Amino acid sequence: MSAFSAIGEEREIDRDEFTPGIEPQATWCPGCGDFGVLKALKQAMPEVGRNPDEVALFTGIGCSGKLNSYFNSYGFHTIHGRSLPVARAAKLANPNLEVIAAGGDGDGYGIGGNHLIHTARENHDMTYIVFNNEIFGLTKGQTSPTSPKGHKSKTQPHGSAKSPIRPLSQSLNAGATYIARTAAVNPNQAKEIIAEAIEHNGFAHIDFLTQCPTWNKDAKHYVPYTDVQQSDDYDFDLSDRTEAAEMMRQTEEKLYEGEVLTGRMYVEDARPSYGEEKQAIGEMPEEPLAERYFDEDAEWERTYDNLLEHHK
Amino acid sequence: MTDNELIWRIAGGSGDGIDSTSQNFAKALMRSGLHVFTHRHYPSRIRGGHTYVEVRAKDEPVQSRGDGYNFLLALGDSFARNPQEEAYYGKEELKPLYENFDELREGGVLLYDEGLLDEDDVDEIGLEEAAEENGWHVVPMDLRGIAKEHGREIMRNTAGIGATAAILDIDTEEFEQLIEQNMAGDMQEANLNVLQDAYDAASELDIDHDIEVPENSHDEEQVILSGSNAISYGALDEGCRFISGYPMTPWTDVFTIMSQHLPEFGGISEQVEDEIAAAALALGASHAGVKSMSGSSGGGFALMSEPLGLAEMTETPIVLVEAMRAGPSTGMPTKPEQADLEFVLYTSQGDSARVVFAPANIRECYTQTRAAFRIAYEYQIPAIVIYDQKIQGELRNLPASHFDEEPNADPGSVLTEEEIQDAAHHSSGKFQRFLHEPEDGSNVSPRSIPGQKDGRFLATGNEHNPSGHISEDPDNRIAQMNRRLNKLDDIRADLDENAGHQTYHGPDEADYGILVWGSQQDTAFEAVDRLNENGHSVKALGVSDMMPYPVEEVSEWLESVDEALVVEMNASAQFRGLTQKELGRYGEKLSSLLKYNGNPFEPAEIVDGFETSINGEDLAATNMKYLPAAGD
Ligand SMILES: Cc1ncc(C[n+]2csc(CCOP(=O)(O)OP(=O)(O)O)c2C)c(N)n1
Ligand code: SF4
Repeated sequence: MSAFSAIGEEREIDRDEFTPGIEPQATWCPGCGDFGVLKALKQAMPEVGRNPDEVALFTGIGCSGKLNSYFNSYGFHTIHGRSLPVARAAKLANPNLEVIAAGGDGDGYGIGGNHLIHTARENHDMTYIVFNNEIFGLTKGQTSPTSPKGHKSKTQPHGSAKSPIRPLSQSLNAGATYIARTAAVNPNQAKEIIAEAIEHNGFAHIDFLTQCPTWNKDAKHYVPYTDVQQSDDYDFDLSDRTEAAEMMRQTEEKLYEGEVLTGRMYVEDARPSYGEEKQAIGEMPEEPLAERYFDEDAEWERTYDNLLEHHK
Repeated sequence: MTDNELIWRIAGGSGDGIDSTSQNFAKALMRSGLHVFTHRHYPSRIRGGHTYVEVRAKDEPVQSRGDGYNFLLALGDSFARNPQEEAYYGKEELKPLYENFDELREGGVLLYDEGLLDEDDVDEIGLEEAAEENGWHVVPMDLRGIAKEHGREIMRNTAGIGATAAILDIDTEEFEQLIEQNMAGDMQEANLNVLQDAYDAASELDIDHDIEVPENSHDEEQVILSGSNAISYGALDEGCRFISGYPMTPWTDVFTIMSQHLPEFGGISEQVEDEIAAAALALGASHAGVKSMSGSSGGGFALMSEPLGLAEMTETPIVLVEAMRAGPSTGMPTKPEQADLEFVLYTSQGDSARVVFAPANIRECYTQTRAAFRIAYEYQIPAIVIYDQKIQGELRNLPASHFDEEPNADPGSVLTEEEIQDAAHHSSGKFQRFLHEPEDGSNVSPRSIPGQKDGRFLATGNEHNPSGHISEDPDNRIAQMNRRLNKLDDIRADLDENAGHQTYHGPDEADYGILVWGSQQDTAFEAVDRLNENGHSVKALGVSDMMPYPVEEVSEWLESVDEALVVEMNASAQFRGLTQKELGRYGEKLSSLLKYNGNPFEPAEIVDGFETSINGEDLAATNMKYLPAAGD
């Protein structure tokens, strides 16, 4: 038996395998958009042929961060805003793992914003799903980085003076190679996009529009929406940075005008992932590092054997 | 003051190659059979500014930098000749000369580069009078001129070494060999010529002084290295193959050394966006099965407090290095202090448990880093190695055999897939990663690694039940808290049995004690020897385990003395506070000698401080503070 025999196991995968027997109703409110993400993620797994033991899911803190309580894989519920750096290293330690990170808009675009820029820049081969409900859910409805300008909340009673962040454009500028927006209200598109993002070699950022009926009554503006790939009105080249950038700009503007555009916004296939780049310059071993600790034939050098020569 | 020793100080401008020259000088003396120790002093400036390095050489192992020095090689600050810098910093060119007057011992030798300095300026600083008063032997030589003759004035360092060798009657063979090893082609030839010319020129001067360079020959092969080297090598030998960091002085040293060597060992180094990310990455790599470390200095470590707590709660092993410098805030970036102790012990919210080691010297930097990894991975707990800018910057020789130990690639309490099949599982299929009562009766519930078949679990910073699910059940809470905190008792027992990190020094029985921790231990031991020679009855205990605290060892030792002076490099007596807290008493027995001016203790200062404290006098020295015992 190899050390990680779950990885690459070839068999039919059933989406029910990803249900841990603990129900999300325990923490998520009725009608919460988070249910939609969970469902789409579970449905995507059989499509990508990954079994629960080879998936490592990293979440932040928030209602969204609870995702891995209800998703039966290896899970790491980290701290507010920090899922990405934890996930990045796990991928470097064992590139054979399927690494997925997830969190809320406060978590990912607020406190964790810096990590998002750098993870996108480095183009780690992983999928990042941001549950964008334009509000802080878990801490009871404060303004978030994606809340619209003028949005009133208990902590911004006079209405926010800030324009919302533009996560898609920002990721494009930072260097992400797969960028999409989808919504809980379109389960088919959501499932397809998640599956594609997982299979994409590089950093895939999905801005997943979710509703928070408890704190964000404006959530209804997520319906109706348009799938830009299916609409003749929005013909653009997904692999062309300039066209993608223009499409994202429109998408991000129209969202706040009440028209929701979703779909793939940018896909760049040629760029090597960060792990591949590191291997190419000799800064990362070909074989997964994590395997070595279980390999009885692995050679463990002592510093004594060569490094100490410089000090004699 | 000890005889039969050479303390050679080379002074110049920061960026003038003072560091590398002193390293070679120390290495050559070590190769000739002596024991060596270097002490480094530098400003927080990239180029220019007065910097010096001392090399102390003896025929027996050297414990500290000693007091003062007996040979000065003043090279002049070449950057100070830049008019812009001069406008900003003032006339600094002469600093390497006059800033060093204070500590040059009587009868010492002062060799300076007259080629770089203006004669009128030299007069201005009163060198002649000072020399007369102190019986110094002043040797001006045109070192820069000799260097220039062979090409480049930067080689005046080599000229300084050649002249030093002639004046002290040291064979140049080892220096030549080092030049041959480290340089090639024209540079090698030029440097050899400069060395020889300066040697010849200085020989002709025929300077009569009393400094005797001792002689010795090692019975074992020696290596010379820094504390940062030793920490890095300890980590590598313990199977650490992942490091993540963000630069901050003095932690950068370990980060750099590891980054240079990890790829050749098949490992990975990551320079990331900030220290929160750095610690988070180390956690992620460890979670995925790789032995990993991160680290920083005060301000950066502050950012790591959340990931540190996460490591405790999720029982993810991780080793962090905290390289102390003077604080608060950015403080004094290039100056040592031992004032982050309390910060490192108690960083993070909640009742938290971590292991903290404070190595005394380069030898312990290696052994304790190894212990930190072993304990962290065996007990699934964060371990911190806290050291300071002093050990980071100094070089010392020790037998190469100290490092001749087998590597330890054991990932600790991790199960194989076969073992996972037999382990307890939750009805949801999840592996019971966090058992209340692990089968072997220990407090460690073995872990699985992502990718292992049927080992799925949830790691979470929230309180959780055995399968990792978030839980606020009161009974579960108590069971998990107890198990996590009780690990410290197990670790204490393990350390008592295997490690022996505390160092006893001096006679078995003595009236007085000196209690000291971390980097100040060896200096205090040298002071203890002198105090006993002076007729006092003193012994010392050097403590290197901060958490779990060696309660029994320290209390037994404290019982055996009437009073003890706690010596540490901070203003608030943090280690004394820790000792009283851990032992629950002894406040009436402990007084403190504190220093926090940016420089480590010298042995003579501890001697002074001790003598004044037992005489009940006020300290005359203004660079230290004395805190009496409680109730005094
Ligand atoms: C360092 C830190 N700051 C603040 C918090 C409190 N906190 C928990 S969740 C959260 C915001 C959650 O909002 P979001 O990320 O949008 O997720 P949602 O709950 O809406 O899914 C905050 C501020 C925390 N846990 N840690
Ligand atoms: S508060 Fe909002 S985001 Fe959180 S579970 Fe309820 S509906 Fe969902």
